[in-house]
Amino acid sequence: MWLLLSNGRIIDPSRGIDKVGDLLIEDGRISGIDCPAPGEPDSEIRPSVSVPGEPDSEIRPSGSAEIRSRCIIDCTGLVVAPGLIDMHVHLREPGFENKETIATAAKAAAAGGFTTILGMPNTKPAIDNRAVVEYVLNVGKCADVNVLTSGAATKGNDGAEMAEIGDMIDAGAVAISDDAFPVQSADMMRRVMEYASMFDVPILTHCEDKSMTLDSVMNEGVNATILGLKPWPRQAETLMVLRNILLAELTGCKLHIQHVSTAESIAAIRWAKDKGIKVTCETGPQYFSLTDAALNTYDTNAKINPPLRTEADVDAIKAALADGTIDAIATDHAPHSLEDKQVELAYAAFGMVGLETAVPLVITNLVKPGVVTLSEAIAKMTVAPARILSIEAGTLADGAVADVTIIDPEAKVTVRAAEFKSMGRNTPFEGFELTGKAVATVVAGKVVSGGLEAGD
Amino acid sequence: MQLQRKDILGLQEMTPEEMRLILDTAISHKEILSRPVKKVPILRGKSVCTLFYENSTRTRTSFELAAKIMSADTTSISVAGSAINKGESFKDTLLTLEAMGIDLFVIRHGASGSPHFAARTVKAHVINAGDGMHEHPTQGLLDMLTILENKERFDGLKVVIVGDIMHSRVARSNIWGLSKMGADVRVCGPSTLLPAEIEKLPVTVFTDLGAALDGADVVNVLRIQLERMDRGFFPSVREYARLFGISKDRLRGCKPDVLVMHPGPMNRGIEISPEVADGEFAVITDQVTNGLAVRMALLYLLLGGGGNVAAA
Repeated sequence: MWLLLSNGRIIDPSRGIDKVGDLLIEDGRISGIDCPAPGEPDSEIRPSVSVPGEPDSEIRPSGSAEIRSRCIIDCTGLVVAPGLIDMHVHLREPGFENKETIATAAKAAAAGGFTTILGMPNTKPAIDNRAVVEYVLNVGKCADVNVLTSGAATKGNDGAEMAEIGDMIDAGAVAISDDAFPVQSADMMRRVMEYASMFDVPILTHCEDKSMTLDSVMNEGVNATILGLKPWPRQAETLMVLRNILLAELTGCKLHIQHVSTAESIAAIRWAKDKGIKVTCETGPQYFSLTDAALNTYDTNAKINPPLRTEADVDAIKAALADGTIDAIATDHAPHSLEDKQVELAYAAFGMVGLETAVPLVITNLVKPGVVTLSEAIAKMTVAPARILSIEAGTLADGAVADVTIIDPEAKVTVRAAEFKSMGRNTPFEGFELTGKAVATVVAGKVVSGGLEAGD
Repeated sequence: MQLQRKDILGLQEMTPEEMRLILDTAISHKEILSRPVKKVPILRGKSVCTLFYENSTRTRTSFELAAKIMSADTTSISVAGSAINKGESFKDTLLTLEAMGIDLFVIRHGASGSPHFAARTVKAHVINAGDGMHEHPTQGLLDMLTILENKERFDGLKVVIVGDIMHSRVARSNIWGLSKMGADVRVCGPSTLLPAEIEKLPVTVFTDLGAALDGADVVNVLRIQLERMDRGFFPSVREYARLFGISKDRLRGCKPDVLVMHPGPMNRGIEISPEVADGEFAVITDQVTNGLAVRMALLYLLLGGGGNVAAA
């Protein structure tokens, strides 16, 4: 079986490659760039060219839809990138299958161009022991994309008792996280980080001093004051970022700060990096695409944690993406059911879906305005998270597993939640007209999204 | 002139012309209240529902009386506490009541933005009777009517709002309404009870009551919620009364014809001294009467105006 992605712009930041060429995939692995097709193809496929005014640009088979085992995909005008990695996804399974399942999250990932997703441990039961880690990984084996999991820092995410970190790592967890349930005790966090450092896994932290955010709904500032909503002060995030940085310095643990949202958090991380402390961080497309003004209509889909901030924070995040202070882009994909969101704003669940809007938001708000190059943006969604998590992914190197994302950087898309593969419809980007789209997603040499799946 | 809107959610989005229309209509409706037979048939056959998720005596009674004077049928629903963890969702409650033919909902809710949610959910009209810390537009309008009756203008008036600005929907509606009509709005309270970036609203901010009251035409005294003390917003009732309580002595720096208002219910001896509450400058009971007039005016403009094009 082979697949030749011909005449695309191959961008592989892991090796500094950005050139037009052919990428050959044989038996699920990358054979190399500009290798000739091993024989006559049984099918040739060309993507429909994106036309202004036509919202969708989807790869459609030109010939038969039968099994294609020797296939050429014409990637002229398209970008061929390593499969995107989203290191911050709420799979919701086990426990909240009314919001999302591992299978549907994987389908949403494939549709959005992601070939690897990392689940967070705030499920029910929590992913805090070997059995649940194995459950998620086993279910994930049947999913359309690579499903990885983190393990909880503390038992039941209660912040009181350390979880069996060693056993979870042995079972296949690639990171430890306190996402959604930030460990409040500095002493407990110190022990978790000291202990995790034995296994050389990163600890992914949600930074929030909960004593400052009881019942908080949105960013503290003039918009919260006008709307009369309980404010979530920016200092609650930065305080915890600083604490965790100091604990990383103390323990030598690899620290990764999740969903950075404030200018001050960025300054703290920049300081830590300059000092040589092992810290990395991510932000999400929502934090460089929207401000807290998105709440002005009391839209529950714009209620997220940490909350949307200000114009100045958006600018600081863009600058930090450009100068490399922010290592990775991750979505914090947080699907919820309609009944979790069709309620009074104060009672609505936190979170928005992200897998299927990430690529267009990155291209529209970062690449097109020149904040970062396309290559830099792809790096933050491929090689950067792969290195943070020490996983073999995010590269088009010869012999690597063939996880590939084909992107049309000029496609015009209109966000329509009703068309999402995710069970979650909670997006504040409904109706947004954006540029750029993942038009096909290849996992281990198999096309899992892009109009080619049928008949595979 | 007609009111071109389906709902009354706040004064922030209202134009001075709309507020002027409502106040003029209220003045003409107030006459009905002095008649021996307080009943007009304008809203006969219309159904008004007061849906209250928070306790209230005066606002609810005021809306119900207003509707009854106008001959509308009224239904009142009280939901103890929030329905979030028990019983029916807010959305289902609204849809159920609308299916029974409610033409207008009067909604009070502890969560800011709930009337906006309701307005999107039902085709019926929605009047916000106070939502969380957001707005209380009918209180804002009745305060404005009271000021207008006594001062005959808004332009250039120095209006001081004193107390817990952070948690007050009355403060926010007063700020928007009065500033749009040209008044010079001042807010004064403990720094812990001034919300973030309040200075970005059309107000001047004070923590020194003496400075705030200097030359004031109107003082609007807010109720202090005693439970705020337990949450660490101020140390004691005694200290609050000393620093921010409105006493006769405190009023000396104001204009000689200063107007003292309070949305009620009052904590006598804490935010307002009994001498002031019952004194010559207080118009607190006039506010209550004007509340009835304002609510009659809004019901008329939304339901009975004959040509409200925004009507469902």
